[in-house]
Amino acid sequence: MPAISNPDQLVLDEPQLISRQPLLLARGMVKHYGAVTAVAGVDVTVYPGEVLGIVGESGSGKSSLLRLLNLEEEPDEGEYYLNIPGYASANLLKVDRFHRRELRINHIGIVYQYPHLGLRMRYTSSGNVAERLIMAGERTFSVMRQAASELLSASEFPLERMDDLPCHLSGGMQQRVQLAKAMALKPQLLLLDEPTSGLDVSVQALVLDTLKRLQRLTHVTIIIVSHDLGVIRTLADRVMVMRRGHVIETGLSDQVLEDPQEAYTQQLVHAKL
Amino acid sequence: MRILEVEHYAKQFNIHHLGRKIEAFDDLTFSLKQGQFLLVSGTNGSGKSTLLRCLYRTYLPTGGRALYHSLHGLIDLARAADIDIALLRQEEIGFVTQFLRPRPRVSAIELVAEPLLATGMALNEAEGEAGELLESFGLKPELWKAYPTTFSGGEQQKVNLARALIHPRRLLLLDEPTASLDAQTRAALVGRLAWLKEQDVAMIGVFHHPGDVRELVDTELALGNKTGVAGYPKVEEVYVVE
Ligand SMILES: Nc1ncnc2c1ncn2[C@@H]1O[C@H](COP(=O)(O)OP(=O)(O)OP(=O)(O)O)[C@@H](O)[C@H]1O
Ligand SMILES: Nc1ncnc2c1ncn2[C@@H]1O[C@H](COP(=O)(O)OP(=O)(O)O)[C@@H](O)[C@H]1O
Ligand SMILES: [Mg+2]
Ligand SMILES: [Mg+2]
Repeated sequence: MPAISNPDQLVLDEPQLISRQPLLLARGMVKHYGAVTAVAGVDVTVYPGEVLGIVGESGSGKSSLLRLLNLEEEPDEGEYYLNIPGYASANLLKVDRFHRRELRINHIGIVYQYPHLGLRMRYTSSGNVAERLIMAGERTFSVMRQAASELLSASEFPLERMDDLPCHLSGGMQQRVQLAKAMALKPQLLLLDEPTSGLDVSVQALVLDTLKRLQRLTHVTIIIVSHDLGVIRTLADRVMVMRRGHVIETGLSDQVLEDPQEAYTQQLVHAKL
Repeated sequence: MRILEVEHYAKQFNIHHLGRKIEAFDDLTFSLKQGQFLLVSGTNGSGKSTLLRCLYRTYLPTGGRALYHSLHGLIDLARAADIDIALLRQEEIGFVTQFLRPRPRVSAIELVAEPLLATGMALNEAEGEAGELLESFGLKPELWKAYPTTFSGGEQQKVNLARALIHPRRLLLLDEPTASLDAQTRAALVGRLAWLKEQDVAMIGVFHHPGDVRELVDTELALGNKTGVAGYPKVEEVYVVE
């Protein structure tokens, strides 16, 4: 399927002023599931400390793309680089399983829309966080407990509940546990897949606020998928609009929301106003 | 020294569902030196806000170029990569509107200090400067630690101005920043703008009461509808005051 293209669309110059290198560079990512092409040749560039939003209707390939970037599934085509010491010039789609695991543990954190995808429901909340520390080689119980409680409190999780099982917690608290777990090893890249979609509006605002604080304090690079343009406006510096596996428009968040170029994006934006 | 050279700048909105293009402005040419103040005037809908937004890249211009002399090098704001624009917004180009975008659980003083913290300034120092500026705009000190979500329109605007003006930019875009301000705050704002001008900040502004800034204006750009062609604005004149 060809990309939906707008012949009038202005082609922007290559970056000239910025001196930093991108943290993440993915080119030509393709993923088929049987006859479905979930990701149809997507390029992504993200600079250190940036928050990139991905929007699009459901089924447009957002979660599939995120799973590829999380090295959780293998694409059918593409190249993927992270500017991380030791990996800077390696196409990560070609690295062996040992290094892929190392990358996923130490350098990439993820929060899923559904807590059961990201949490072990039979571990306590602090146990879920501590598991990441164990994976990184920590063995001392008191150190782990202290670290887990600091991470949970940075995610604004009520500490008196840290020994509860996630299934006994509210949706907002579960997302905070996922966030603490994702941030446990101070990843360079944090992937968020509709982190607030399952929550009540008021809880949504609080979790968003936590994310914003965390980003301000740690400057972690974030890719956030959301169909909620309000979430994107609050958090993202730049946005990519996906449709049917393609990226049909990218731009600064305020520009895409206030001067959308593509017919589809205009519909999306106006439907939300 | 020149800071901005705008040539044949144009913007039209392509409204797909109407199958129609709306022309906001066409063929604007002007330039600006450091420390100069350009007043943009014109009737409602003549494209004043659109011009400022096209320079800040909240809107994508559809024609012409805007060469900006950044500290990092010369760049065309019309076509620069998004990441370069993001860098310029953080370091060099500011936009001041009438509206604050308050955030839940972020206090007035935190909002104002934020741009300084982003430059690496220490918290104490940043909050000190933030307090001074809020004070000069007449925001009561007992409100500094409060959340602006509940402030009155005028109080929010004071926070907004302080936040937008605390960190000196090289180019400031001002879209009716005095609307909803009392006379005293307007005077404080004009004082701040005069100080920024002395620091060589270039400014392009739209003012509801241009009389407020008469002393600061170096040149004026008048946008207007060309007689007979409704909805088709053209530059009428660009002239230098004195
Ligand atoms: N985001 C947008 N999408 C479509 N049309 C727009 C958009 N923003 C502005 N316009 C149109 O562009 C033209 C210029 O509007 P603009 O807001 O720039 O005028 P202005 O000179 O600032 O007016 P005012 O004095 O009322 O503030 C108008 O016809 C307006 O409807
Ligand atoms: N594991 C899978 N097996 C089969 N099809 C899948 C799988 N994951 C996603 N898809 C399909 O790929 C397309 C994109 O899905 P997804 O990435 O989940 O979209 P989004 O997150 O944008 O809603 C859809 O047609 C979906 O049904
Ligand atoms: Mg999804
Ligand atoms: Mg206007």
